[in-house]
Amino acid sequence: MARLQLRNLEKDYGTFRAVHGINLDVEDGEFMVLVGPSGCAKSTTLRMIAGLERVTGGEIRIGGELVNDKTPGDRGISMVFQNYALYPHMKVRKNLSFSMRLKRRPSAEIEQATNHVAGLLEIDPLLDRLPKQLSGGQAQRVAVGRALIKKPQVFLFDEPLSNLDAKLRASMRVRITDLHKRLKAENQQATVIYVTHDQTEAMTMGDRICVMKDGHIMQVADPVTLYSRPANTFVAGFIGSPEMNFLDGTFEGDNSVRAAEQLVTLGDEFTKRISGRSEHVTLGIRPQHLRIAAAETPGTIRGKLTHIEFMGHEVYLYVDIGPKRLIAVVPSASYDRGALRDDWVWLSADPKGVHLFDRQSGENISLAI
Amino acid sequence: MTDHILSQNSAAARDVDVVRSRETRRHRFNAVLRYALLTVVGLLMLYPLIWLIGASFKTNSEIFSNPGFWPEHPTLDGYIRGWKTSTPYSFGTFFINTLWIVIPKVIGTAISCTAVAYGFARFDFPFKKVLFSALIATLLLPNVVTRIPQYLIFRDLGWLDSYLPLWVPSALAGDAFFVFMLVQFLRAIPRDMEEAARVDGANTIQTLVFIVVPLLMPALISVCLFQFMWTMNDFLGPLIYISSVEKYPISLALKLSIDTTEAFEWNRVLAMSVLSLAPALAVFFLAQKYFIDGISSGGIKG
Repeated sequence: MARLQLRNLEKDYGTFRAVHGINLDVEDGEFMVLVGPSGCAKSTTLRMIAGLERVTGGEIRIGGELVNDKTPGDRGISMVFQNYALYPHMKVRKNLSFSMRLKRRPSAEIEQATNHVAGLLEIDPLLDRLPKQLSGGQAQRVAVGRALIKKPQVFLFDEPLSNLDAKLRASMRVRITDLHKRLKAENQQATVIYVTHDQTEAMTMGDRICVMKDGHIMQVADPVTLYSRPANTFVAGFIGSPEMNFLDGTFEGDNSVRAAEQLVTLGDEFTKRISGRSEHVTLGIRPQHLRIAAAETPGTIRGKLTHIEFMGHEVYLYVDIGPKRLIAVVPSASYDRGALRDDWVWLSADPKGVHLFDRQSGENISLAI
Repeated sequence: MTDHILSQNSAAARDVDVVRSRETRRHRFNAVLRYALLTVVGLLMLYPLIWLIGASFKTNSEIFSNPGFWPEHPTLDGYIRGWKTSTPYSFGTFFINTLWIVIPKVIGTAISCTAVAYGFARFDFPFKKVLFSALIATLLLPNVVTRIPQYLIFRDLGWLDSYLPLWVPSALAGDAFFVFMLVQFLRAIPRDMEEAARVDGANTIQTLVFIVVPLLMPALISVCLFQFMWTMNDFLGPLIYISSVEKYPISLALKLSIDTTEAFEWNRVLAMSVLSLAPALAVFFLAQKYFIDGISSGGIKG
């Protein structure tokens, strides 16, 4: 019913092309997160879907229907803004029911819908307050309520949590995903497009995540795939914290890559996958997949331990290999303080966590199976 | 040793007290000086007004014999005879005439300037920059320059000796200053609320009426207030376009009572001046709160 399709969607600002013909399908009831660094055109894309920004080229279809030239009010969407955008001169009750009053619904129906939404979001005690009398979290819930009351086909969220403090953000995150599940269970169409720059929000909330960069889609996948099988260096670097370690090297056959003047041995399966591809590669290893080896064995990487950061349940180890710095994250329990600062250590990589990227295109060549 | 330290401490404490009391005295002296100066200058500014009110209760002869503002023999004579005027019409007629100009002009200005400012501040259309420059250019044009062409236009339209020339231009957003003021104010209001309204299904007019106008209210009240006061005080406009006495507004009627009588009845003129000041003062004090209030930022709190 409320499937959202973007076909070759383009947006130009004068001579500057902000969105480069993107294609995206969001299934009915799916929670899709658009994520990327600032300036990647994720908000522009969302605003085009909302109808607040004119489309330069391509198509937007909601529920199969072309909506390019429809007004925002006729698209069957509703939107939650970053700054809440509550109407400051209306009480919460009027803010919630504004869309229904515009449609001249009977007052009994408005009253009933307002109370239902207020109950759902636990904002009933706030109904007779003005927006300026609300805290950030309350205003956010009213903004969500205002979107909810329209019973839209597609919900659009534009960085809705970025103005809240960390604690509130975590609880709102849960609240929004809960709400999405509940609406789904109540059989209301609840396709969600959620824009954020925060990868934690993206990873925890999205059914699927669409990673964007400079107006291009880099990868669309579920959180697990995005983390374990990133399509390119950008996605690999963007998702995951601390960032993935990258080492430029050359593929030498025999399951090994020469990087930072050392030979790194990979699993058997790599050779099969990579044969025939470029030999100039970038080695990508997540910090969580590096371990301190007990002794030098073939394939380990030698480096100097320069910093140790104790984070509670895990320890961050900074190891310099020539001019490059690698980060290894090891569980506190397994870090026995055997290695100290300025010691020379050997790092071994879990072969399952090693990726090889084409150095030129950034494409993950180790994914081809 | 202990004694020594103690005495030193108490000496220090005494020093602190001395310094503190000196500071307090200095602050008090400064405050007295400041308020005295403000009072004197304030009185200097207000004195003509105070004298006007006082003198309106004096007899004609006392106005020139008694320089103070407090009347020795207070009389309402000036008000009673001034109200009757030397024409067949009472001063009330002139008050009503003024309202016939002021009300359409203020309402027309509020509506037209809001619409035009909304257009300039929120929409892109061809030649927007040229048109806005033209609007600003009219701000710089001296009024005198347009007097004669305007007069000729209104004469050809057959509008002379009617109130139309006095309010129709303003009701068509003819006051560039107000449009400019509202445009500047609108530019400072984030667009989020209007976008939210459009997502909620409001069309352009509904967005303007339900969202923009309430947000614009403080600026709009200032516009109405200025227009009200300037129109009440306008002398030249009515003088040029209104020729029959029965249509005179207050500003002309006041002048009327000066030159139609042989011996100037000053107390009548002063009494009617006080009355004609009253509406402007009343409106100003009523609207003062909104006039000074800034825009509520409730909807955009972070």
